[in-house]
Amino acid sequence: MVLSGPARWVLRILAIAVLTFVYAPLALVLLNSFNASATFAWPPSGFTLDWWSAAAGNEGVRSAVLLSVEVALLATAIAVVLGTLASLALVRYEFFGRDVVSLLVLLPIALPGIVTGIALNTLFTQALGGLTFVTLVVGHATFCIVLVVNNASARLRRTNATLEEASTDLGATPWTTWRLVTFPALRGALVAGALLAFALSFDEIIVTTFTAGPGLQTLPLWILQNLFRPNQSPIVNVAAVGLVVISVLPVYLAYRLSGDSATATTK
Amino acid sequence: MTTLPAPSSWTRRVQAVLHRHPRLRLSGLLAPALLWLVLLYLVPLVLLLLTAFAETDSFTGQITWTLSADTVLDVLTTPAYLFTALRTVLVAVGVTVLCAVLALPLATYMALVAAPRRRPLLVALVVTPLWASYLVKVYAWRILLAPEGVLGGASPGYGWTAVVVTLTYLWLPYMVMPVYTGISALRGSYLEAAADLGARPWTTFRTVVLPVLKPAIAAGSVFTFSLSLGDYITVQLVGGTNQMLGNLVYANFSTDLPLAAALAVLPLIVMAAYLLTIRRTGALDRL
Amino acid sequence: MRCLSARRGLRSAAVVGALGLALAACGGGGSGSAGGAQQQAPAGEAYAGPVGQGEGKLSVLAWPGYAEDGSTDPAVDWVTPFERATGCQVSVKTFATSAEAVQLFGTGEYDVVSASGDASLRLVYGDRVQPVNTGLVPNYADIIPDLKDKPWNTVGGKNYGIPHGRGANLLLYNTAAHSTAPTSWKDMWEPGSPAAGKISPYDDGIYIADAAVYLMATQPDLKITNPYALDQRQFDAAIALLKQQKPMVSEYWADVVKQGQGLSSGALSEGQGWQLTANLANTDAPNTVGTVKPTEGATGWSDTWMVKKDTPNINCAYQWLNHVISPEVNAQIAEYFGEAPANTKSCALTKDRNHCATYHAQETDFWDNVYYWTTPTEDCLDGRTDVKCVPYDQWVRSWSELRSA
Repeated sequence: MVLSGPARWVLRILAIAVLTFVYAPLALVLLNSFNASATFAWPPSGFTLDWWSAAAGNEGVRSAVLLSVEVALLATAIAVVLGTLASLALVRYEFFGRDVVSLLVLLPIALPGIVTGIALNTLFTQALGGLTFVTLVVGHATFCIVLVVNNASARLRRTNATLEEASTDLGATPWTTWRLVTFPALRGALVAGALLAFALSFDEIIVTTFTAGPGLQTLPLWILQNLFRPNQSPIVNVAAVGLVVISVLPVYLAYRLSGDSATATTK
Repeated sequence: MTTLPAPSSWTRRVQAVLHRHPRLRLSGLLAPALLWLVLLYLVPLVLLLLTAFAETDSFTGQITWTLSADTVLDVLTTPAYLFTALRTVLVAVGVTVLCAVLALPLATYMALVAAPRRRPLLVALVVTPLWASYLVKVYAWRILLAPEGVLGGASPGYGWTAVVVTLTYLWLPYMVMPVYTGISALRGSYLEAAADLGARPWTTFRTVVLPVLKPAIAAGSVFTFSLSLGDYITVQLVGGTNQMLGNLVYANFSTDLPLAAALAVLPLIVMAAYLLTIRRTGALDRL
Repeated sequence: MRCLSARRGLRSAAVVGALGLALAACGGGGSGSAGGAQQQAPAGEAYAGPVGQGEGKLSVLAWPGYAEDGSTDPAVDWVTPFERATGCQVSVKTFATSAEAVQLFGTGEYDVVSASGDASLRLVYGDRVQPVNTGLVPNYADIIPDLKDKPWNTVGGKNYGIPHGRGANLLLYNTAAHSTAPTSWKDMWEPGSPAAGKISPYDDGIYIADAAVYLMATQPDLKITNPYALDQRQFDAAIALLKQQKPMVSEYWADVVKQGQGLSSGALSEGQGWQLTANLANTDAPNTVGTVKPTEGATGWSDTWMVKKDTPNINCAYQWLNHVISPEVNAQIAEYFGEAPANTKSCALTKDRNHCATYHAQETDFWDNVYYWTTPTEDCLDGRTDVKCVPYDQWVRSWSELRSA
């Protein structure tokens, strides 16, 4: 290692400072979920568990979480299928217009959400007869594809194509090659990409605002509506804390499962 | 591996055809995503651009499909709109720079200093805040920054500073992750090799570190820049009376769709320019 | 039609020439135009009845708090009892501004909508809603006469909806910063105001009318009689006043919690807002926010439940109209949302006995200088025929330019 002792200490301190910056607001959210004041007056006027019990019995949160999970799962599934296929094409083949295709894949996330949102809204409402559950899933899947493509492409670029060629030369069908050679190498990257896609869809608000059918309330929409509503905003805090706590486990496990993606295959 | 059910004859035939024709294989791989993105993304974008040339009824707000360039010209010649676009770009640049500045030491620590068994935990620590609702985090900043609030006199109050800080906070993980991945590639061998070969620190940095960092930061910046460019909720909560491009688009969406569409062209142009600029770094391949 | 201004017309012509495109000429016969003298309510007949068995479902578009189904607060629920009584399964979508209401209702996915006055006429002339046969709504008889047959719910002698409730946009103030209650809007508008840097106006184009209300009182030579009927000169004066106000603004408000917090903590000194905002803030920190309707008068809202033009769920719709304005439910909504109920019998049923007094539900005089939100049209709403007034889309554009300047 070439980093000197003092440099390592400076880095350690800076890293701690940045992580503090990241977690201080979350600590405030946690604190406010026990704040007796319904409008988060500071300093807290008292300690209460009311919001936690109110949130536990709140039908609105529960159905919103369920809907968000459904949408995110469907959008992720679509993105994984389309994204995996596209990444194989983009990495393993040379073809005319490849740059254009990779730019096209990137666009839905590179262009501001509000542009994507009103563009989809215009198509669905002006030309296709209105917003539904399907339009919501379609909107989410569209910007999720890129995450799968990125993760899968990065891994494909690092894994050697010669294994696949060997498999093919030995007479394996494309499906067998995929199942026994490509997929095992790709699995971790796909999990990582899918997890990112799920997280992005789960918390997406802008495209959601413009593509959700009537009566559909994903968790972010529910939060948007209740954050600004008297006596509901503390419950929102509870929901947010709950999500962070619940998410720690899958994030950590998925990361372990996918392996340290930067090192696993570089050697 | 030998317990596979025998594939039926037609799938075998299809696979045989695919095996012999790589172009066919390529089309099969590419077509689903391409069709999806063209029909469900490019077509709506074009439709939106066309809408910018439509008119609305001044009273009912309904679209009348009479072609007119009035709205687009209005947007391109109204100083208020153009200044808003400029301010929005400045905010996005500020957020991106700040994200890079914060991400560098953290990512370097994670990749090169922290014990290897700690790395998954650190990555989880960086990624976890993404799961706390975006809205809740903005609201937390609103409370933090309130003039009579938690920070008291140290708070900059609501305004552009607050917007940049909050957006930086929100998008930081999107910068940390690619930079961390980039720096991880330097782990051990390269740096040591450079040192062994007698390279001075600056030379090492310039010839070994920089080529890795540049595309990594550029990759992260696509997210931080674009997400900042399109945001309209954060500035509503912590921006005081200020507005960004997204607010203009959003505010006009329900009353005057052609105006909203014409305004949406501005971030579109900015983002296109940005993507073209950073494409040279090769960042787009690493996203 | 737009294309009022020669400026825009000229530019358009230049582009047509330059690009050689055959763009349709400005002012050409666009369909559904409602500007100018051709403003006519679309022909349409009200449901003849009788109201029978419901169709089993109903899609409701409402202001937040108007159609609560217990999903946000299990204790606040008047949708479930309705579903049980009628068998009509209700789905609710809420909106944040009148503009959004019009846009969403235009998608045709909703059967009924709670429209404020700045949305109701746009829905009528946009041919989105049908006349309502008030005879089929038994509770209509108990509605306060002050809200019946008004320009925002009745066109050409036909009722287009059922009045729901009303409220005024009051002057809210931080009590610690005011030793005596203010009586005028002047500290929100005049330079050198002690509240400078701490004021909070409403974030919507319709707020231009608030400037007009102040000008009505302070600049009589402008001869404004209706804050929604402004000719170009009057409109420019209102915009100039708003520009003068802008440097003193802390935040334009769009949600009550946010504004209430600011007023309560002292971060805001004065704002235009709702009684509800003050009530909520005072629940948390008693007596921190005061309200007054200043001597100059105020803008306000009066909401109307309207029915989609070709709704397949007409029986459920009528049952809903009758349900929301029933004495009990109208009282519940008025208290939850914070407004004056439309049903006169509701006042006896509110949990807070003083609710109707607090909100001046029965005091007709109180509402004399409350100017309900209305959609401005080219034909001046105050009856002037010698000038054109600035129509709604120009209000919206001017507002968005002002906000982004």
